[in-house]
Amino acid sequence: MDNEPSTISYKMNRLNQLFAAKKENLLSIYYTAGYPALNTTVDIAEALEKAGADFLEVGFPYSDPVADGPTIQHSSEQALENGMTLNLLFEELTELRKRVSIPILLMGYFNPILQYGIERFCTKAAELGVDGIIVPDLPMYEYEALYSEHFIKNNLSNIFLVTPQTSPDRIRKIDELSNAFIYLLSSSSITGGSLQLTDNIKDYYKRIKAMELKNPTIIGFGITDSSSFKKACEYANGAIVGSKFVKLLAEENYMEKIPGFIEAIKF
Amino acid sequence: MKYGVNEHGYYGDFGGAYIPEMLYPNVEELRQQYLTILNDASFKAEFDDLLKNYVGRPSPLYHAKRYSEKYGANIFFKREDLNHTGSHKINNAIGQILLAKRLGKKRIIAETGAGQHGVATATVCALMGIECVVYMGEIDMARQAPNVSRMKMLGATVRPASSGSKTLKDATNEALRDWIANPVDTHYIIGSVVGPYPYPDMVARFQSIISEETKKQLVEHTGKQLPEYVLACVGGGSNAMGMFYHFLDDESVKLVAVEAAGKGVDSGHSAATTFLGQEGVLHGSRTILMQTPDGQVVEPYSISAGLDYPGIGPQHAHLYKINRAQYVSVTDDEAMNAGLLCSQMEGIIPAIESSHALAQLEHMTFKATDNVVICLSGRGDKDLDTYIKHFNY
Repeated sequence: MDNEPSTISYKMNRLNQLFAAKKENLLSIYYTAGYPALNTTVDIAEALEKAGADFLEVGFPYSDPVADGPTIQHSSEQALENGMTLNLLFEELTELRKRVSIPILLMGYFNPILQYGIERFCTKAAELGVDGIIVPDLPMYEYEALYSEHFIKNNLSNIFLVTPQTSPDRIRKIDELSNAFIYLLSSSSITGGSLQLTDNIKDYYKRIKAMELKNPTIIGFGITDSSSFKKACEYANGAIVGSKFVKLLAEENYMEKIPGFIEAIKF
Repeated sequence: MKYGVNEHGYYGDFGGAYIPEMLYPNVEELRQQYLTILNDASFKAEFDDLLKNYVGRPSPLYHAKRYSEKYGANIFFKREDLNHTGSHKINNAIGQILLAKRLGKKRIIAETGAGQHGVATATVCALMGIECVVYMGEIDMARQAPNVSRMKMLGATVRPASSGSKTLKDATNEALRDWIANPVDTHYIIGSVVGPYPYPDMVARFQSIISEETKKQLVEHTGKQLPEYVLACVGGGSNAMGMFYHFLDDESVKLVAVEAAGKGVDSGHSAATTFLGQEGVLHGSRTILMQTPDGQVVEPYSISAGLDYPGIGPQHAHLYKINRAQYVSVTDDEAMNAGLLCSQMEGIIPAIESSHALAQLEHMTFKATDNVVICLSGRGDKDLDTYIKHFNY
């Protein structure tokens, strides 16, 4: 492996353009493709863009989502029952760039990508206008040694997670390998908890801020409302809402409720 | 060791540590410390003492005379069924609880399928006075109720895994989630040679006592250290890895791993991973697992709750791929018949898991001089209900 900074090989993608233009209060929304029904992925993305979300994470479901809490587990199970697969998701995303212009990341576990073929997956995602990938169970060593070339070649940003337990050395290394943003977990937990701003957690955010990383940081896990969003944005460039939005998708007429949901968090 | 793990945790193409960042510090702490701790003289002394005086080791290597006559070879049973708590699982549980103590952990979590590993973990936690939480699939809790009661009596908390298919793989997911939420004070005692590196190597080392003893005992029985064949059943593969471990580099020894074919490899109700699986990532390691073309993990089936795991340990995947060991499968019916045969010819009621290894004898031909070792990984007490129903006793 050569150790040249990976940024050199990338062109600016939509994520880089967004972060260059907007430095604070960025709002990202996560939802699971195929939930609550098939053929909703682009409709939901379009509605979220109109409502004011800055970028989106589209989850593809997996049978064994170890990093997820009950809400996203349930959405994944339901999506799989509905028949969602990576092939189907890519079909649904054919229209994506005709209707949606904000950055889109795909988020999911490694095994479905491995079966699809990592090179084929990256090529296909890039072709459809996807800007980045978040794979919680693809560790740094394997990414760097085995797979980074496919991401770089396709101008896809790979997003790493950082927790309160991640060591400073490792954070530096993650910063080096990243070229869009770093995903800060609000605690060491699975998805769907609540934001606990204990002194320890505040110290962790401050410690990271003081490191002056080259990549922007976005806080996720436990962001559920305007108050937690604003608190998170004090310490990072923005925040991600996941489980709370997935819960909205379980309600009737959820499409009509999307603008109000985003407004309530942002303003 | 030629077939051992490399510095990045790989056995050939398999292994590694495919874990979310939330688990990285926990696993990294283990990776940095496990070899130092395992090689420490005081650790070894305490481990050996407990294996001898608490578990009852060495377990006998029994020359099964009537079996030998029937199959036309010298058949030996490595009697892991005689261990305290009734199976080989206690070897690993003892090793990991001693390790956890040295890491300063105050709380233990574990997953269990049939309940044998849960019971072994609850046992060593009682022994050390450490809090114990065992995750078990809701469906497994119902079909292995006596083991649930045993764990509770030993002071453990048994938490139902009610997600996904509600069996072993989901219990493992729940244990991993617990570990994510409790990264500092908790150690996760994984029960098989699966999971992220260093678990497959660490568990194999704790179970390697099985083959270490066997080599010495074979000399007493046969005058030779090496047998012609070694057989063991494989779910995740911990008794097999322990049974193979010290024979891996002795290329003349034929290693046979027996998977559970369930109702038949092609029946749609099977756990024969090497026959039905593809390469992929499960529970933190790259291995062979049963999955859909879309990469979703498939729920396996076997009459034996200890063998219905959708993957195998990464070292097994490697031994399979490079043909160092032969992977075969036997059906529910074949295993049940072998369990009955062993009961009535040798006076030993084996665990249904171990009956799978015994059943493979029917498919093999031997020379009269061949020495054959079978790992009798567990006793059949826990399976009496299943045997009784199957044979209408």
